[in-house]
Amino acid sequence: MRYFKVILILLLLIPSKAFALIEVDITRGNLNPLPIAVSPLSLDANSKTEFKKILNKDDIGSEISKVVENNLRASGLFNPLDKDAFLQKPDIAHLKPRFEDWSLIKAQALITGKVIFQDEKLRVEFRLWDVLAGKEMMALAFTTVPSNWRRVGHIITDKVYERLTGEKGYFDTRIIYVSEEGPKTKRIKKLAIMDQDGFNTKYLTLGNELVLTPRFNPTNQMVTYLSYFRNLPRVYLLDIETGIQEVVGDFPGMTFAPRFSPDGKKIIMSFAKDGNSDIYTMDLENRIVERITNHPSIDTSPSYSPDGKYICFNSDRSGYQQIYIMKSDGSNVKRISFGKGLYGTPVWSPRGDLIAFTKLHKGKFYIGVMRTDGSGERLLTENYYQEAPSWSPNGRVLIFYRETKTDSEGKGFSAKLWSIDLTGYNERLVNTESDASDPSWSSLLSN
Amino acid sequence: MSLPFLAKKPIDLPPIVSVELIQISEKTNLPFAPKAKKIIEEIKKKEKEKITSEQAPPKKVKKEKPDAIPLPDDNIEKIKEIEEKKQNPEKLDEKIKQVSEFEKKELFDPNNIAALIDKSKEEFAETTQKTSKVTQSQDKNADAFGLTLSEEDALKAQIFGCWSIPLGLPYNENLLVRIKLQLKPDGTVIKSEILDHARMNKPGQGFYKVLAESALRAITMCQPLRVPTKGYERWKDLQLNFDAREMLEG
Repeated sequence: MRYFKVILILLLLIPSKAFALIEVDITRGNLNPLPIAVSPLSLDANSKTEFKKILNKDDIGSEISKVVENNLRASGLFNPLDKDAFLQKPDIAHLKPRFEDWSLIKAQALITGKVIFQDEKLRVEFRLWDVLAGKEMMALAFTTVPSNWRRVGHIITDKVYERLTGEKGYFDTRIIYVSEEGPKTKRIKKLAIMDQDGFNTKYLTLGNELVLTPRFNPTNQMVTYLSYFRNLPRVYLLDIETGIQEVVGDFPGMTFAPRFSPDGKKIIMSFAKDGNSDIYTMDLENRIVERITNHPSIDTSPSYSPDGKYICFNSDRSGYQQIYIMKSDGSNVKRISFGKGLYGTPVWSPRGDLIAFTKLHKGKFYIGVMRTDGSGERLLTENYYQEAPSWSPNGRVLIFYRETKTDSEGKGFSAKLWSIDLTGYNERLVNTESDASDPSWSSLLSN
Repeated sequence: MSLPFLAKKPIDLPPIVSVELIQISEKTNLPFAPKAKKIIEEIKKKEKEKITSEQAPPKKVKKEKPDAIPLPDDNIEKIKEIEEKKQNPEKLDEKIKQVSEFEKKELFDPNNIAALIDKSKEEFAETTQKTSKVTQSQDKNADAFGLTLSEEDALKAQIFGCWSIPLGLPYNENLLVRIKLQLKPDGTVIKSEILDHARMNKPGQGFYKVLAESALRAITMCQPLRVPTKGYERWKDLQLNFDAREMLEG
């Protein structure tokens, strides 16, 4: 027994020949957009004829895939590959992709699908494939009225985006904004709404009255905005699906920027009472107005955190316009911006992690973001005049408006919508039919 | 002479994969404000009489726009929320349907067992790594146990080029994916295994799956890996730790 123990100890002491597992840390990669192939959705002859009759489109499959492709490209996260390089036909690719063909053109992901005319409706079936793994990642089908074909493209993009990035998309959404026409001194301002990619523009007011600061309800398709009626600011609610408008109330003096609470039950805004501008909320059910701040300074631009527990706003109580946060009952007011310049229009991200703002410093306007404690300030874009950022529902992209300088004759003025993502690299002009300002991004329509 | 149908290879059909069927509501068909609607109707009448009006209806847009989309006022159909269509016989239970093949694997129990085994391996690896840092004698034998700096650099440089980091990842989360590889002497991968596999099924960790898939794609793209020409026994098992945090935090 003793010998056995000695042998055992000796065996343990003899160095083992086994090798330790080698670990290699990969901390860098390329941040290039993911190469993706969007194969045109295949279309049978009968469906093609029917859709041609209804939608006046020769190939609705290609049209839908173009919507997907444009959305993906605009996100800055994907690089849709040139269709001329595709080797496989859409109908066969949808049945069984030859992954070697797609990896040959450097595609890492592939979207295939087909469109069918079925029971007077448009049915789209699509699949997302991992080209390198040679596997299907997702398969979905949608049916809708044919006129909704652009929405189908947006919903497909949302599903693909979510599957490949891990966060919700923002494509099946709308932007409401103030459409502007005419010379700068005599602008006609109308409320307008469009899909996030600039299509399907509709005008919601006539331009007889000045409209300002439309804001979406985060929970549904209601909008609140400010309009001047007989020179008095009036806050309106508008249901954009039924078109029904409602006056929430007349408010004294300068009223600014009504905005919904995250649950959509309250409106928060600032207005001047007895010459002092403070922040108030109004309960939309009982119309009771509650004062949130009470300070001799000017407090404006309130915006709730997504959980409704906090409010960010701007105030000049320190002598200069800065960003503050407080609890939703108005307690614990804390200044969070300390950089040089003036800060305004703070908006809390739907993800809750950042606050977007406009900053004015040395005659330049910046759109930037900071963490909710004021740290990590990042200026995303700089220009002559730009303001009013509004978040995409996933908290990754900001839309804002930018004005150009007039020349010495007062000409050359324009106001346009722009978007920028959190990296600050993907800045894009958002196409609108006319000049545009004060954009607000809706939540996802399909959720 | 054989019968033609016997000579034919069986048709290689892909497995039938069911799709989730979703109905899209008609929300896109936005109405105008009622006041606007009235006026627009009046304008339409006037237009017929060839009299121009101050209030213009929405501009006619570019050709790509769906001309056939009905004006909202023609379409005051009640808006339905997107709902699943039940008549689809292929439709499976939602949980099953939503998952891809990857996800199906994750739901499979043996993976949890594998994850437990993996954990024990990780602990072993960690301890051996720690001790190798401490003892001098082992340090002298580094060549025998690990990769040399130049070998490691060559491998890293290769994978850096293949790894497309998904840009939508939340930068304030743990973005480390550890993948254990079993390699052939020429650097091709026999087997790859995600060590924290169980994390993929945790709520709120959807991004982890995306990250893990991107790492696996990088390995596939980079094959064969740039491994040393000698000492196969040393590196036939290799662990790659993909960490995107540094890149995304900028």
